[in-house]
Amino acid sequence: MAEIHLKNLAHSYLPHPAGSADYALKKIDHVWEDGKAYALLGPSGCGKSTLLNIISGLLIPSEGQVLFDGKDVSRLPTEQRHIAQVFQFPVVYDTMTVYDNLAFPLRNRGHDEDVIATRVKDIAQMLELTPDLKKKARGLTADAKQKISLGRGLVRQSVAAILFDEPLTVIDPHLKWMLRMQLKALHKQLNRTMIYVTHDQTEALTFADKVVVMYDGDVVQMGTPQELFERPAHTFVGYFIGSPGMNVLPAHVDGAQAYVEGCNVALGRGYPGISGSNVEIGVRPEFTHLTSGREGLPVTIKRIEDIGRMKIVRADFFGREVNITVPDGQPIPLDANRIVFDPSRINIYCDGWIVNGEAA
Amino acid sequence: MNKTYNNRAWLMVLPVVILVAFSAVIPLMTVVNYSVQDTFGNNEFYWVGLEWYTEILNSPRFHDALLRQFFFTGVILSIEIPLGIFVALHMPKKGAWASVCLVLMALPLLIPWNVVGTIWQIFGRIDIGLLGATMEAIGVDYNYTQNITDAWLTVVVMDVWHWTSLVALLCYAGLQSIPDAYFQAAKIDGASRWAVFRYIELPKMHRVLLIAFLLRFMDSFMIYTEPFVVTGGGPGNSTTLLSLDLVKMAIGQFDLGPAAAFSIVYFLIILLMSWIFYTAMTNYDKGEQQ
Repeated sequence: MAEIHLKNLAHSYLPHPAGSADYALKKIDHVWEDGKAYALLGPSGCGKSTLLNIISGLLIPSEGQVLFDGKDVSRLPTEQRHIAQVFQFPVVYDTMTVYDNLAFPLRNRGHDEDVIATRVKDIAQMLELTPDLKKKARGLTADAKQKISLGRGLVRQSVAAILFDEPLTVIDPHLKWMLRMQLKALHKQLNRTMIYVTHDQTEALTFADKVVVMYDGDVVQMGTPQELFERPAHTFVGYFIGSPGMNVLPAHVDGAQAYVEGCNVALGRGYPGISGSNVEIGVRPEFTHLTSGREGLPVTIKRIEDIGRMKIVRADFFGREVNITVPDGQPIPLDANRIVFDPSRINIYCDGWIVNGEAA
Repeated sequence: MNKTYNNRAWLMVLPVVILVAFSAVIPLMTVVNYSVQDTFGNNEFYWVGLEWYTEILNSPRFHDALLRQFFFTGVILSIEIPLGIFVALHMPKKGAWASVCLVLMALPLLIPWNVVGTIWQIFGRIDIGLLGATMEAIGVDYNYTQNITDAWLTVVVMDVWHWTSLVALLCYAGLQSIPDAYFQAAKIDGASRWAVFRYIELPKMHRVLLIAFLLRFMDSFMIYTEPFVVTGGGPGNSTTLLSLDLVKMAIGQFDLGPAAAFSIVYFLIILLMSWIFYTAMTNYDKGEQQ
């Protein structure tokens, strides 16, 4: 078990990176607490796998250090780092039985056979693999194989962190949910640091204590699922988290008032001295409401999607799409032609990044 | 499902039937026809039944050739398969060198059989050959035209030179298809180099190895051109493998009947051996899955 400190870490695959565009992972400095579950979330190519490989030791960072409990491991080979990793595609040793698969990491480290037997049995029990122990690993289903991969990490008592690289990609949807619940339960039980890479926000938000959102090689926000939802630090986080994503509209802000396409929007907080051409307001569809009358921003409703627990209203505001969610059971006014926002839920962004206002 | 029966569908098969008939069935049947008859010329044939078969199966000449054949195939398989795997494991996996290696490895495979034979025939000559003359110069007694061991060595080394590439290339393709995650997982599990080979690379290669093994078995069992060019089956009959013996019998002595029976037996042996290897290996495959 370990606290992971990423100290001024950056990585470029090029030998002489010139600008920030050459970095697959831009400079970050984070401390990840011991025993917590972290999810690295971001679209493909955002650098999350690069970061994971740096932590696991498959990649040596071009700048900065990785510290496990204060000890620099940046240049240690993978096998000396005490980490376990579960890959996107299940990795099992085809010719071995499930038992031998689970025993493999311990045998490689020269443990006694009876120590191995107890350990393997414990882990098999935990992962509900006991009935399969004598079977050949390669005949099993994808989810069982992923459990074996995980089990190979768990058998080693010294494991500091368990890394998951999109582990549910090849699992059937109905099993995904179960496996995710099992993972979460295991995390509670074992209290080991877990790092989970995914591009699926549901996976990230349900699994992790803290979600690290990455975009274009940068960590744009690290926070609890609630923080990400309520106060996205970057418009990208707003788009990426939530379904549908946050409504972002270019605006002109003056004190506690914003002007969007000439319409006045009252803000919950004051933003004195904010200027620049690239100011936007961001409001989640959940805090956007349809009204009729004179107040609010004029919109035209394009279509309504009923997804069961709620309806998503897609509306047009001066050529921009605005989404509004209406909880199931709540009627949509037929003459609705305007939208209003919850003032306290409006976030202001300047050049993409959130601006903290002052109490009005 | 309802099947529609339409006998005219057989017409669709006709082109294949005609093709196979002319390319395989008719020539094979001609040989079968010769193998049960005797002739004294003038195109007059007499029915002899299985006499030629009994003669061939009881002839020491056939036994010796068969034994030499098994020995040859056994030796080259036990060299080429492990060597091919070894070479494949040490070939670069990516970059410019990978392409260079692939081209170099493919070169021996592109040379016609009789040219390979000629190359080694000249290479090994003690008067003008690079190998033979060098051996002579450093005082090693090497002469493949007179010494049985030297003749065997030359033929075996030639075959290894010619065909190890095939095994290596097949294994290389098998190795390239293993996802990186396996090697990363093995690193994390603390596996030794040997364990990586034993538990990841070898199991993932076993399909291509089966193909390599079968191809090399069949090819080496039928080898003719190269030893014919290099040693001509000599010295004496020491390197007369089955096919060399067969050609001597059929064309040299014009013993059509015995040669035909020989051919059929030869063909059945290859068929039988290939079938045995194939079933053994696929059964092993099935066993693995349980």
